[in-house]
Amino acid sequence: MKIETIRNFSIIAHIDHGKSTLADRLLEYTGALSEREKQDQFLDKMDLERERGITIKAQTVRLNYQADDGKDYVLNLIDTPGHVDFTYEVSRSLAACEGGLLVVDASQGVEAQTLANVYLAIDNNLEVFPVLNKIDLPAAEPERVKHEIEEIIGLDAHDAVLASAKEGIGTREILEEIVKKIPPPEGDPTAPLKALLFDSWYDQYQGVIILVRLIDGTLKKGDKIQLVSTARSYEALKVGVFAPVMREVPQLSAGEVGFVIAGIKDVADAKIGDTVTHALKPCTTPLGGFKEVKPMVFSGLYPIDTSQYEQLRDALAKLKLNDSSFSYEPETSLALGFGFRCGFLGLLHMEIIQERLEREFNLDLITTAPTVVYKVHRLKGDVISIESANQLPPTQEIDYIEEPFILASIHTPNEFVGGILALCEEKRGVQREIKYLTPTRVMIIYELPLNEVVLDFYDRLKSITKGYASLDYEHLDYRRSELVRMNIMINGEVVDALSLIIHRDKAYYRGRDLVSKMKELIPRQMFEVAIQAAIGTKVIARETVKALRKDVLAKCYGGDITRKRKLLEKQKEGKKRMKNVGNVELPQEAFLAILKVEE
Amino acid sequence: MDDTTALYIHIPFCVRKCLYCAFASTDEAPLATGEYAALLLREMELRAAALASPLRATTLYLGGGTPSLLEPDLVGNIIDCAIRLFRLDPAAEITLEANPGTVTAGSLAGYRAAGVNRLSLGVQSLDDRMLARLGRVHTAREAKDAFVQARRAGFDNIGIDLIHGLPGQDLGHWRDQLRLAAALRPEHISAYGLTVEEGTPFARLEDQGELALPDEDEAAAMFEETAELLAEGGYEQYEIANFALPAHRSRHNQVYWRRGNYLGFGAGAHSFLREPFPGLRWRNPDDLGTYGCSLADGVLPETDITLLAEEDAMAEWLFLGLRMLEGIEEARFREEFGRPLMEIHGTAIEGLCAAGLLVREGVRLRLTRRGVILSNRVFAAFL
Repeated sequence: MKIETIRNFSIIAHIDHGKSTLADRLLEYTGALSEREKQDQFLDKMDLERERGITIKAQTVRLNYQADDGKDYVLNLIDTPGHVDFTYEVSRSLAACEGGLLVVDASQGVEAQTLANVYLAIDNNLEVFPVLNKIDLPAAEPERVKHEIEEIIGLDAHDAVLASAKEGIGTREILEEIVKKIPPPEGDPTAPLKALLFDSWYDQYQGVIILVRLIDGTLKKGDKIQLVSTARSYEALKVGVFAPVMREVPQLSAGEVGFVIAGIKDVADAKIGDTVTHALKPCTTPLGGFKEVKPMVFSGLYPIDTSQYEQLRDALAKLKLNDSSFSYEPETSLALGFGFRCGFLGLLHMEIIQERLEREFNLDLITTAPTVVYKVHRLKGDVISIESANQLPPTQEIDYIEEPFILASIHTPNEFVGGILALCEEKRGVQREIKYLTPTRVMIIYELPLNEVVLDFYDRLKSITKGYASLDYEHLDYRRSELVRMNIMINGEVVDALSLIIHRDKAYYRGRDLVSKMKELIPRQMFEVAIQAAIGTKVIARETVKALRKDVLAKCYGGDITRKRKLLEKQKEGKKRMKNVGNVELPQEAFLAILKVEE
Repeated sequence: MDDTTALYIHIPFCVRKCLYCAFASTDEAPLATGEYAALLLREMELRAAALASPLRATTLYLGGGTPSLLEPDLVGNIIDCAIRLFRLDPAAEITLEANPGTVTAGSLAGYRAAGVNRLSLGVQSLDDRMLARLGRVHTAREAKDAFVQARRAGFDNIGIDLIHGLPGQDLGHWRDQLRLAAALRPEHISAYGLTVEEGTPFARLEDQGELALPDEDEAAAMFEETAELLAEGGYEQYEIANFALPAHRSRHNQVYWRRGNYLGFGAGAHSFLREPFPGLRWRNPDDLGTYGCSLADGVLPETDITLLAEEDAMAEWLFLGLRMLEGIEEARFREEFGRPLMEIHGTAIEGLCAAGLLVREGVRLRLTRRGVILSNRVFAAFL
């Protein structure tokens, strides 16, 4: 294959702006996906994992396209995950491309997420051209959005392709633009092998599959390869491409994108960003930019039904096979029994894992409020990292505590600026900058403690801005803070799973707020339930849930026993999803009450 | 084999549908009452022919909807048909539900002459303000008049339905309602707590926050005081929501709670037979069109035919039987299912006794006072 006929590209888009549908259209148009095999939204479909041989996660698809110039091109679409939690993964996927399509919803305009990824793409020297999607919508405003792209991103948008992936409008124009605007890869096929590992996952039949972009050299089946970060060597058992099903090829050469199966056992050994080279003839300089990813947000996951512990452990192990950025270790709670403390890249990552556990593995879980990693400097001179309030040493042993700060960029229509500033101030933020991108679009930049952000920041932001603002962040540093442990007691017993580390100045407010939210969430029981918040031995807030007075269905009518039975069953079902703490039944939501935003 | 059965006839018509009602009824009139009665007779014929062995009816109950929209001669036809096809006992309890405002002295005399010997009056409230809120078509005056007329027409067994926990109602108001109702000296009083059912106008109002229902404590107090107040008038609470003067319990409703046979006729009616063991349930479609078309084709309109699982039958036996305040006898459970009750639900029962919701009294197990008002908790333990 001639390197001049290769185009490696990705699609940059805000969630819901139509990336998946557009990818489907490109596949269909180039015949990669016949009408018969067509599954709506080929990308983004976890279910597809089950169908062997079809890609998952950060997908790549090879498209064969004969352009208007009569030449046959190979277009590699490299899909990227699209969220702030996965910025590093996105940056590595982008590094495998020479160009990107910036897809913007013609009725919505540029979002902060898009912006963050476009900047990543530009930083990676990608040639980016804009596509306005959903042009068929009555609310589409292509001229305004073009103007926005030029103003905000500084990208020439006057000849942006107008498309509707849903209606199949503009597909061919996009393919032509890819060929014309995106440069072919450069690289020396005769140089020693140098390839970027930009994704990996575990397949139960074939072991770890890695996706690579060859920068220099060639790679054939049977080659002895080496992963630079671990210095481990493997034999390339299979080398191929996704078209879109897995297809072996004789060799991959500089500029190409494909997969390698090399008997790697653990996905943690196939680190994203690593360099793949020949064991016997390694490249002289590995690729830069490699970094180990570490979980930033932690929470405890416990089965409601304690007999599901083993199932939960197996499920976590299965998920971990495919996701080395996620961590878990056993944890025991007096209140909740046996469970796991899990580490995630961010809140979305946490939600995804929880949802998969509940949906794919049929587990009913209690999730404890998310927390961050604190650095505790002890008087004896050492520093320990803790991921939960229960790991906090006794006060008399602590010199001081540090907490992680992030740099948050909030992109918002100007009318919400006041509300957002108030929120950031309330969350102990330090203002860096307020940039007017256009007269109506504002970028607010704040330094914020991550522990405030993982609680209810997103939801508050959403409610303040009616969903019009978007948030992107990067990790900054650790800063010394006045942090204390707050305990919640139910009928006098400390429920360890509800303990929190919070800023001293926020304790009273948080305490009162939390117990009153819990009061709303805990249903009446057969006896009175007292909910208290305390710092040390000092109770700072108290609420009472009165004893249940009445639970009776009077009407039993015309012999319709089934209806009555269903009502009782529904009630019983509800009880099953409660966790018994002492003799009090707590609903799942009570453990996340701190995240609940007042309407 | 127990061949006694209760017959239930559903009359799904109403002058106007009440705002809290989720039962099968309609205030549009797609059929004339005569046409509907003809369908009922047709269904009774088909059912009698389809039964594996003949049954002997001991009660007949015309419920709705508003059965008093059916002319007395049509009611007479139904009763005659039940005598002919299901050997309705000459001493049978024959109840008609009647809504005040739909009856006259003449029609009441007609029902009595047709064989109806028990009247259940849908009074619900004796306060015009509350009646209007509920969307009832009658006034308090009309309710009282209907009661007096029924007595005059010869009804010596009259039940009154009342609802508590109404929007804007407080305990004092409910007490007054009970006193007013008891002063009429009906033989039977049903006092239901208002349940906001899904899909009703009340449910929508509640969602919009426009239904000022009494809070849980107030509603609980109304429930508790009902039994006390009615006891003063000689009414015994024999079931969670039912009160009667001595020897005037509703025989028909006791069949449901004791898991006796019952056959339901008409759109939306439910049926249950003890045989084949441990019981067979089915219902008729709610929709009048579907119901009528099936009968026109000579096919019984039954649907959702379910042969109960034994454990479900056991649970039903318990949660229905315990609705009666006299409770259940363990020996009867063993007779019915061939296994000791405590072997199946021992842990649950001990727990409920310890919590003060159930109590043993000689050979019987029954709800305590607190158990009555928290009865859903008790019943759920057997599911």
